[in-house]
Amino acid sequence: MAAISTRRLGKELKEIHSEGCPVGVTLVSADNFECWYFTIQVMGESEYEGEAFMLKFRFEPTYPIASPAVQFVVGNGQEAPVHPHVYSNGHICASILGNEWSPVLGVISICVTLQSMLASCKKKERPTDNERYVKHAPENPKKTRFEYHDDDV
Amino acid sequence: MDMDNEDFKVPIKEKKKAYEVDFTSLSQTAIEKMMDSELEHIAGIFGVDRDTAALLLRHLQWNKERLIEKYMDNASSVSIDAGISSPSTSTSSPTIPSAPGPSRRTTSRSSTKVLGPSPSTSKQRRTPPPAKKYTPSATSFTCHICFDDSPSLKTRALGCEHTFCLGCWVDYLGSRIRDEQELVIPCMAESCALRAPDSFVRAILVPDAGSPEAKSMTPEEKAAGQKLWERFGELGVRDFVGANKALKYCPYPACTNTVSCPSASTKASLTRIVPIVTCGARGIPQTSQSPSSSSSSPALNPYAAGGGSSDNTTLDTAASKEHVYCFGCPVESDHRPVVCGVARMWLKKCADDSETANWIKSNTKECPICQSTIEKNGGCNHMTCKKCKHEFCWVCMGPWTEHGTQWYSCNRYEEKAGIDARDQQSQSRASLERYLHYYNRWANHEQSSKLSLDLYAKTEKKMESLQSSSALTWIEVQFMRKAVDQAVRCRRTLQWTYAMGYFLENDNMKELFEANQRDLERSVEELSELLEGPVPVDKEGIGVLRQKVTDKTVYVQMRNEVMLEDTANGLVEGRWKWNAPVEGFSYEEDGDVDVLP
Repeated sequence: MAAISTRRLGKELKEIHSEGCPVGVTLVSADNFECWYFTIQVMGESEYEGEAFMLKFRFEPTYPIASPAVQFVVGNGQEAPVHPHVYSNGHICASILGNEWSPVLGVISICVTLQSMLASCKKKERPTDNERYVKHAPENPKKTRFEYHDDDV
Repeated sequence: MDMDNEDFKVPIKEKKKAYEVDFTSLSQTAIEKMMDSELEHIAGIFGVDRDTAALLLRHLQWNKERLIEKYMDNASSVSIDAGISSPSTSTSSPTIPSAPGPSRRTTSRSSTKVLGPSPSTSKQRRTPPPAKKYTPSATSFTCHICFDDSPSLKTRALGCEHTFCLGCWVDYLGSRIRDEQELVIPCMAESCALRAPDSFVRAILVPDAGSPEAKSMTPEEKAAGQKLWERFGELGVRDFVGANKALKYCPYPACTNTVSCPSASTKASLTRIVPIVTCGARGIPQTSQSPSSSSSSPALNPYAAGGGSSDNTTLDTAASKEHVYCFGCPVESDHRPVVCGVARMWLKKCADDSETANWIKSNTKECPICQSTIEKNGGCNHMTCKKCKHEFCWVCMGPWTEHGTQWYSCNRYEEKAGIDARDQQSQSRASLERYLHYYNRWANHEQSSKLSLDLYAKTEKKMESLQSSSALTWIEVQFMRKAVDQAVRCRRTLQWTYAMGYFLENDNMKELFEANQRDLERSVEELSELLEGPVPVDKEGIGVLRQKVTDKTVYVQMRNEVMLEDTANGLVEGRWKWNAPVEGFSYEEDGDVDVLP
């Protein structure tokens, strides 16, 4: 039997193709069932007006039981948004990607959550421990044990 | 926690040594029994099923009093916090206290069969499910995790009715239990706080034989499920043991035994006793004739059982067979006679880089102006700091200009600046030397203990040669084994006495302590010498050797007893004064600590 992730991701992809992505979310590439790219934009008035950010999703064979590894792409003209929960290497500190992950969530729901995380930001700044974290951060953000900072930003 | 349980009864020994503590070893089965009686108790009081009682107790770290208090105060809020009911259903059902049992529904579309007896709450209303999205409609069901929609799909849901297929549940349970070592298994739906009760987990992992689920499982799946269920049980026991201060799980890998030692359950007690325990498990019972503990029979501490006379002590391969550990701290060996707090300080000191710093202090000096560290590796005493170009005298540390002439003549010996600098240096030198004195002896005894394996092998050979060259029987040459065993044990004591000595205040008590230490050390070394020496070839010589070794063994054992007894009594009497603050001991009221009953 194929990995559980294959069937699930196939289904998610089919839904994206037939129903389209929510406003501000664009599929960039989904050529395999290991790594997908999306761009997200914040619609309406916000600190990030006119900016677009690229998201990279990596899936394990046990997805969606295991959460995907999600980060902003940095490099090749792409930048991580300046946000108190986003490190300059693209890693995101969001509980939904860690201990609050639920297998019923999916790629699109993560995109929407991150979109609203950016939209509700009042002050563009890096996390306070950005430099220290980026220096020692593992390549895969899932290997980091984040302490979830306040949820209302 | 209820301590009246039979398993907690400590066997009464005739004479307990001052350096021993009362404890009981318990197997996982015994702990499960204790857990069961707690569950029964709560289930009985609240009128709920055992699943619910388990979720409640785990939620409040097995603190029964607090649970009862909170539950009587507001049952539904506790139930929500413990993941038994979801907020929406609890508001719609005011009768929660009588029936908060998590419902377990089997919604198998092909053949609807309810697994196992559903909890006493048979009058479950078909409340409108909180999340319609996941509920199987009458016509078709698609698991929202794997998107499988085959008609034969078996599904499961907790009381919240978030329904998912059986396969996804199995994967999820595996990931929680095996990968995350978690006992708490929340519903898979997003932000649903309901937790899976034990019977739900069990029915998925190890379905009853004969059920359609069990029949459709491959032997591999069955084995994997069984393994997960066992692991789940272990996690449950660990949770229970971790919440109880009078219990401690055996730290040895793969050992599932637990020790109960109520007398060492408080921080304060650790300043008066050194709770060294054994979990009762014996790995390789080579020559030991003492029975290994079975599920319910508490095994006695070998020291407690046979410590009195050398004749019935079993061969103790330096804790390789017996799981010896400290109940009060993470040290996984016998650190008597020193108390946990001091043992920890000593180990920390040994591990710390602080001694490197001490070396630097002793072998280097700091520039009096810019404080750069300078090591003098040759040349004259006219130093010029590389960094700030300050010129000074290495001997007196005063400025070079005051030395006047071009050649070295330090006549400024009594200058104050110079004295201070020299004082500091000699102090850290002395402190390093002091530490090394204790450390070297500590390390030496540790090393000797480690070499005991070699000594065992050698002794084995010697015993063979004794047997062949004399008319002695196998039993009669056992004196060698016992002697080695005793020497190893005493070295362990000696090792830790150096850790203790390092932190003891210099007073008369310390002198007495050191006298005991000296006596023990001397006799151990004499015994070791006898053991390492050549084996005589004639029968007469062997007889003499045997007598000597046996006498020495008895004497060494006596010295060890004296050492351990005296330090243990000293702890109880508060006789020992530490030269550094030790956790748990009070310092302000010296008078109070001095005399304790």
